[in-house]
Amino acid sequence: MAAVMPAPAASRLLMSGNEAVARAVWEAGTKVCAGYPGTPATEMLEALSAYPDLYTEWSVNEKVSLEVAIGASMMGARAFCAMKHVGLNVAADPLMTLTLTGVEGGLVIAVADDVGMSSSQNEQDSRFWGRFAHVPMLEPSDSQEACDMARYAFELSEEYQVPVILRLTSRICHVKGLVKVGERFAHQPKGFSKNAERWVMVPGHAKRRIPLMLAREQELKRFSDRTPLNVLEPGSDRRVAFVTSGPAYMHVRESFPDAPVLKLGLSYPWPLEKVAQLAEMADTLVVVEETEPLLENELKAAGFAAHGKDFLPRMGELAPEVVKPAVARLLRKEASPAPESATPLPPLFPRPPTLCASCPHMGVYYTLSQLKNLTISGDIGCYTLGAGHPWNSLDSTICMGASMGIALGMDKGRGEADKNKKVLAVIGDSTFMHMGMQGLLDITWNRGNVTVLLLDNGTVGMTGGQNTPANGRDIRGQGAPRIDFRKLIEALGVKPERIHEVDPYQLPVLFKTVREEVKIDDVSVIITNRPCVLIEEFKPFKPYVVQEDKCTGCGNCVEVGCPAIHVTRRDRVLKPSGKEVDLAFTRIDSVACTGCGLCVQPCAPEAIVHYEPVMPRIVVQPV
Amino acid sequence: MPNITNILVCGIGGQGVMTATEILSEAAIAEGHDVKKTEVAGMSQRGGVVTSHLRFGPKVLSPQIAPGTADVLLGFEAAEALRWAHYLKPGALALVNDARLVPPVVELGLFKYPDDPIGEMKARGVRTVSFDAATLARDLGDLRLGNTVMLGAIADQLPFSAEVLLDCIVKRFARKGEQVVEANRRAFAAGRAAAQAAAPATA
Repeated sequence: MAAVMPAPAASRLLMSGNEAVARAVWEAGTKVCAGYPGTPATEMLEALSAYPDLYTEWSVNEKVSLEVAIGASMMGARAFCAMKHVGLNVAADPLMTLTLTGVEGGLVIAVADDVGMSSSQNEQDSRFWGRFAHVPMLEPSDSQEACDMARYAFELSEEYQVPVILRLTSRICHVKGLVKVGERFAHQPKGFSKNAERWVMVPGHAKRRIPLMLAREQELKRFSDRTPLNVLEPGSDRRVAFVTSGPAYMHVRESFPDAPVLKLGLSYPWPLEKVAQLAEMADTLVVVEETEPLLENELKAAGFAAHGKDFLPRMGELAPEVVKPAVARLLRKEASPAPESATPLPPLFPRPPTLCASCPHMGVYYTLSQLKNLTISGDIGCYTLGAGHPWNSLDSTICMGASMGIALGMDKGRGEADKNKKVLAVIGDSTFMHMGMQGLLDITWNRGNVTVLLLDNGTVGMTGGQNTPANGRDIRGQGAPRIDFRKLIEALGVKPERIHEVDPYQLPVLFKTVREEVKIDDVSVIITNRPCVLIEEFKPFKPYVVQEDKCTGCGNCVEVGCPAIHVTRRDRVLKPSGKEVDLAFTRIDSVACTGCGLCVQPCAPEAIVHYEPVMPRIVVQPV
Repeated sequence: MPNITNILVCGIGGQGVMTATEILSEAAIAEGHDVKKTEVAGMSQRGGVVTSHLRFGPKVLSPQIAPGTADVLLGFEAAEALRWAHYLKPGALALVNDARLVPPVVELGLFKYPDDPIGEMKARGVRTVSFDAATLARDLGDLRLGNTVMLGAIADQLPFSAEVLLDCIVKRFARKGEQVVEANRRAFAAGRAAAQAAAPATA
């Protein structure tokens, strides 16, 4: 993406929280920005890559992105990195020592929690990092605050020489609201000053930094009572006073317009005196915080009689329809009944996310679903969908890169019950480079017997098609060195004859390769080489159609799992053998079909043929 | 909240739900409103359920519409409109494209798609106006116009004039040339006419 001219200061723009943070990072004069894609954080770096006069990169993982930011900060430059909640687990190692060295140029880490879990493997509460790392944490409640707080975070970082965590949730990242933007500030890096006692964290040096870190935390605690980021809003309703932060503040304000509220913008360290003042304002003190009872427990430890998770849910978002009735129950008061029409229906069918028509992963999962006696460890990406219908082909998913180590552990840990099972691992290109390479090295070094399927689709698919070292483009789409997987895998200790590159649309080849490699007592890597259908490398083929008169209802094409295949009629027949067989007659939605040909291959009666004449194809699904 | 308009747009990933809501947001901003628009994207691109909440008025706090408080429901798919019908205020209007998009889990025989989602909505007492947006779009020469047909359908249910919304659509397509703009004008008019024609007598 080429740099564009940013909107002038004082413009009012409709921006998502992610876009607002990106704008603020640019306004703050930040020089270096790094991150790894992950919902809901992805668009911060994506938006930043369109701004001029700063360096942005997709790093190979979040740990590296934070290290890049640390290096820039050491030079005195302002630095930013962004990641999803689980990304900070990966980056925790540098964070926990960075808090000892402190920063030189302002360093802000934006971490986005997936509260409600729209696209994550867990729902963890990143506010713990503030306590664990003894660093301040800012929590905006909407896009305007995201912009203002992100900009201010750099000043705070420099004033206290501390990394600042900007904690967002999906309901900030992906909500659009009006934002009045500001001027860009020209920040000049001061330059690096050699100081081994500060930057070289050997035990002798680190010991001297710990008291400094703790003193800084105490100063920040006093600051928390002074800063206008923490707002005490008095109210006329004296029944309940609320302590809240982030999107939950908006839900509380909407639900209880007259209640006293302490809104925490600087949520760690929290302001003791302001909490004490709030507690005087009402009979009951309630903490409304999403997921963990973190602040509630801290308030209780400080001697406040706080309520919270004794009546509010421990998971998911605290929207007004959740908070209002819960508080009413606490007050032993009947909630004003929701209108009868607001009762949801008995659940309808679900729409689990599916692989796209022509997705190259479909060929892999169809193949795996046709093989027996496999135990398959999976990984994080679009291809995690292989665990779903109709393939049911993944047996585990834990975290980025885990398919490798887990497969080795399955191999080494198997007992008599699993001795005839073949162990496979499935991982995507970007996940492999994020954290899978080390796992593969562990497999080869420790002589594991694992067949690895490396699904190279040339992009980070699930987050919307970001560039990776596997497609030879950087974050701005400029040409960059392209990683040669075959050479890399060979260098990690896999024998050249055990490395195969396969076209995942060629089912017989894929089937034969997998079946043969799992039989061999060694590490094999099978690389699939077709691009994601959402990136420019993908070229659609001619669509197909089912010839109705030839379809025998065998249903083999349905087993491929393509969303363009629809069942038109079902039947049940008695075979001469006496066996009852279910039939499913199908059609192909030729507008959605991009002609990969996967369904053609298992079609017994050869009923699937190219659709003629070729119509102009529309990739977006029509209404 | 007084003076807040709540519009819920629903459909499935890839249908253009988020873009349509973005254009509605732009129209509300043009009218001087504070606006918040929210959806949970994530995996929705892969054929999942998408709902987009739009709230506008003098000052919007929570971005989420609570069940039973939506002023209008714009449904891009029949069963999705039914799925979210309980978000409407009693007696509020649903404008629904009657297309049926059946997901693979239904094709595999694991779940059932309702026989008559529009009928079920009506049976629940929802004022429902349904029309075939895909056919209207196809008749105008391009299935992608379906999104603008949907915006035309909602144009007479907003607290500002239909022309404000049309202007935002025109602005968005201006750089694609007069032909595209004209096609979208026709799609908008077709959606508007379809919603008016299908409106129940009590509406």
